[in-house]
Parts: sequence; structure tokens; C-alpha cells
Amino acid sequence: MTRARPARGGAVTLALPWPVWVPAIVGFGLIAVPVAGLVVRTDWPDFGALITTDAALDALLLSLQTGLISTALCLLLGTPLALVLARSNLPGLPVLRSIVLLPLVLPPVVGGLTLLFLLGRTGPIGQLANDWFGITIPFSTPAVIIAQTFVAMPFLVVSLEGALRTAGERYEIVAATLGASPLTALRRVTIPVVLPGLISGSVLAFARALGEFGATIAFAGNLQGTTQTLPLLIYIQSQNDLDGAVAMSLVLVVVAVLVIVATRTRDASGVR
Amino acid sequence: MSSARRLVMAAAAAALTLGVAACGGSSGGEQQAPPTRTLTVSAAASLTDVYNQLKPQFEQANPGTTVRFNFGGSDTLAQQVVQGVPADVLATASTRTMQTAQQAGRIQGEPVTYATNKLQIAVQPGNPKGVVDLTSLVGPQVTESICAPAVPCGAATEAAERAAGVTLDPVSEEQDVRSVLQRVTTRNVDAGLVYLTDVKASNGQVQGVDFPQASAQGAGQNYLIGAVTGSQNADLANGWIQFVTGPQGDAALQQAGFALK
Repeated sequence: MTRARPARGGAVTLALPWPVWVPAIVGFGLIAVPVAGLVVRTDWPDFGALITTDAALDALLLSLQTGLISTALCLLLGTPLALVLARSNLPGLPVLRSIVLLPLVLPPVVGGLTLLFLLGRTGPIGQLANDWFGITIPFSTPAVIIAQTFVAMPFLVVSLEGALRTAGERYEIVAATLGASPLTALRRVTIPVVLPGLISGSVLAFARALGEFGATIAFAGNLQGTTQTLPLLIYIQSQNDLDGAVAMSLVLVVVAVLVIVATRTRDASGVR
Repeated sequence: MSSARRLVMAAAAAALTLGVAACGGSSGGEQQAPPTRTLTVSAAASLTDVYNQLKPQFEQANPGTTVRFNFGGSDTLAQQVVQGVPADVLATASTRTMQTAQQAGRIQGEPVTYATNKLQIAVQPGNPKGVVDLTSLVGPQVTESICAPAVPCGAATEAAERAAGVTLDPVSEEQDVRSVLQRVTTRNVDAGLVYLTDVKASNGQVQGVDFPQASAQGAGQNYLIGAVTGSQNADLANGWIQFVTGPQGDAALQQAGFALK
């Protein structure tokens, strides 16, 4: 931040005007100070014991597993969806886009309830699954993954669609004139070009899946080792064991920071 | 450059201080000569229906008074009161949570235990799975949902399990008793352990099955109410407590399925 950057081509460096700094500092503080408070509030002498209880380890493992699987599902389903939104000329595309973005706006618990009404034991699809295959979807690990995918997919779609629009179609057009089939152009040109957007979208989706609470507790329920992810355990623990809840919150923060730092998405423009 | 940045930081700090001062000033102004008085009651979620029913009667008996509720889990409410959340009355659904507030010196005088509640097994109307007691719930042919051990209804469930010598195999452990009830009313589980008052509140969407261990040590639920220390509406707070523990309160509580103490 303080390191001075040499001006490109001898041109003047643009300083940010001061009215930007004040709200920026306040905004940063709003996010950073509570997290710092978490560190202060942590019961450090017992930290190791608090985060290595059976329930905490089960929850961490389940959170990582379900988060990774739902991120993979987001990639598998969200990438084609973003391509359709950015590149196709389907009629009613704006409406389609608004529907895809709904989980961003809906309170997650509402998403969880709608999933429960659809896939629960008396829901139209849930009843079929129950009668034909003897499968009960709620209260299972797949239910956690469905809930996480539901809330996380828009993050990937928005990132990727933005990247696709920014990149434009000129390279694909060149590839087509050189004889590449649409599938080859997609594989060899489009995907490599938007890779940064794809990565930042996946990171966002994973982070969102990791923090998912409302849809999960409403749809998948809460049972240690099966559906109790870290956020659910933190909430339940906070009812009577604040020290344990704080310690596990810190674990979640560390995991989230590691994920963000590890991928170090320089292409923040992919988000918008 | 660095001095300029320091200046900006100072300006930011000043802006924050001013902002805080402004907030403090405006709320101080509101406290002067209030046109009406507001009584804030922090109450256990299971009291929602009864308290909402009592509110208009109390407001009518005390003109100019508005009763405002903060419903939530007893643990959360007790913690809030300990942390100094502005409340005039605390009404919990367990002795332990009231003690939390008491030990922090946040309850004026002795809290009153005025009602009790007991567990029932909520099943689908007509009891299609033939549930008769806790042992009926064990095994995969009857799926059940219970409260998580960390919350009061879960602690009560554990006490009943111990007394019956059974270990339940729930498909989900909910964070509050109404979530357990929702699992049964939406038919996603066959049975759930809830309180008698929750069964009554479901308006026939579930049927309650009594079981002997519901009266075991620790399986019942006590309702306590106390005035919060330092309340600016101490007279109104005591008025509400007397009202709830008086004849009108008793009638509403009994109608909802509570037993009087």
C-alpha cells in the first residue's frame, strides 16, 4: 500500500481523492474490527481442546467435504448456465438471469424452506423419491450439498458471466474462421480466456457454501456427522457454550482467509 | 504523503466521534418527557401466543403504555440481559437461564416460578405409526426429530431418555422446539419430542402422546419471570409480572396447555 509504483511511461500517477479514504477506512473497520474482536474474545488456553472435540472435527470435515462437492456442482452446472446467459440469444434472457440470481436476494432460510417443500417427504419430487426409490432427501448429507449449491451457484454464474462479457467474442470468431468447431473453440479458447473469472467465481462459491447456514438448517436439519456443518454447530453451541462457539468461528475465519489467500484472485473484476 | 495520511486518519476518527456523539445526543433527547411509555419484555419463544394475547388487555388497563416483546431462546435472552440489552422484564423457560441473569446481578428481587410445561411425543393425526412411548421411536421404522442437547428442550429430552433407559436415533437435532414441531407438521418425520403447549398450538396438525418419563427429574420445564435491575419502568415491569401471574394470565396460560405452579 505504501510502496510507490513507478509511473507507467512517465505519466502522472493518479492519487485517490481524500473523500474516498474516509469512508474506505470506516468500511474496512466495520469488517475488520469485529473479526479482530473474535481473536480477542477467544479463550486461548483452551483453544486446542475447544476446536478438537468430536463434534467440532466432524463439523469441520463435513463442511470441507460438502463445500468442495457443492463447488464442483456449481462449476458443472453454473459454467454452462453462465455461457447461456452471456452468449446465447434466447428470448427472455433478462427474466432467466433474474431467476438465476434469486438466491442472492432471498434469505437463505427461505431457500431452505422451498427446497423442503419440493424435496421433503410430502413434496412433489420428494414423495416420488420416497415411494419409488425409498430415498428420503432431507436430513441427509446430499441435502446439505443441494442447499449449498442452491445458494452458492449464483456467485459463480455472476463472476463468470462478467468475465465472458468483458472478454468478448473476438477470439472465438478468429478460431471459427480458422476452422475450429464450436466445441473446440469453447475448450481451447473461451475457457482459457475466462479462467481467472472461473477461479474467482469458484472461490466465491466455495466461501459461500462454507458459510451456509439458513438453507442448510431449514432443509437438511442438524445432526452431528451427517448434516451438522461448522456454521450450524457454531450456532447451536452459542446457545450455551460461547467459548466453544467463538473458537470454532475463528477456525471458520482462518479457513476462509486461507482459501482467499491461496487463490489470490488478482482479477477482482471477475466479480462484477 | 504519510503526514497527509495521518491527517486523514485523524479526520476519520473525528468523524466517528462526532457521529457517536450525535447518536448519543438524539437518544438522550427521546428520553425526555416521553409521550407514552414502552415496556420491553424479553420472553421465551414458547410464550409468544400467550403473551401476545395478554398484551392488549394490559395496555388497556394501563393507558399510554405500549408493550414490546423480544421473543427468543431463553439462553439468548438471558445472555442479552447480562450484556445489558435494555429490557424491563425477563421471562425464561428454564430455571438455569434465569439463574444466569440473577448471578450477574441483573434481576431485581426474587423471580417467580408461575407455570410448568411437559414433554409429549408429537405424531401425525391418527398416530399411523402406533407410537405409545419413547421405545416406539427407536429404530428406523419411526423417524423422529428432537431438540439439540445444548438447548433447554434438548436437555429435557435427554433427561427423559435417561429415565426411560432408551437412546433415541433422531434424523435431526433442532435448535428450538418449534423447529421440531415443524418437522412433524410438514410430515418430514414421523414423530418429534415437543411440549404439550406446542401440540396444542398446532391446532390439530399433530397429535400428542403422553409418556411416563415426561415427569422425570429434569424433563419438565419451569417458567420464571423477574424484573430486570435498573429498569426505568420498574412499576410497569412489576405490573406486567402481577398481571401474568394473576387470574387473567393464569387463564391464558391454562388455555395454552401450561400447568400452573
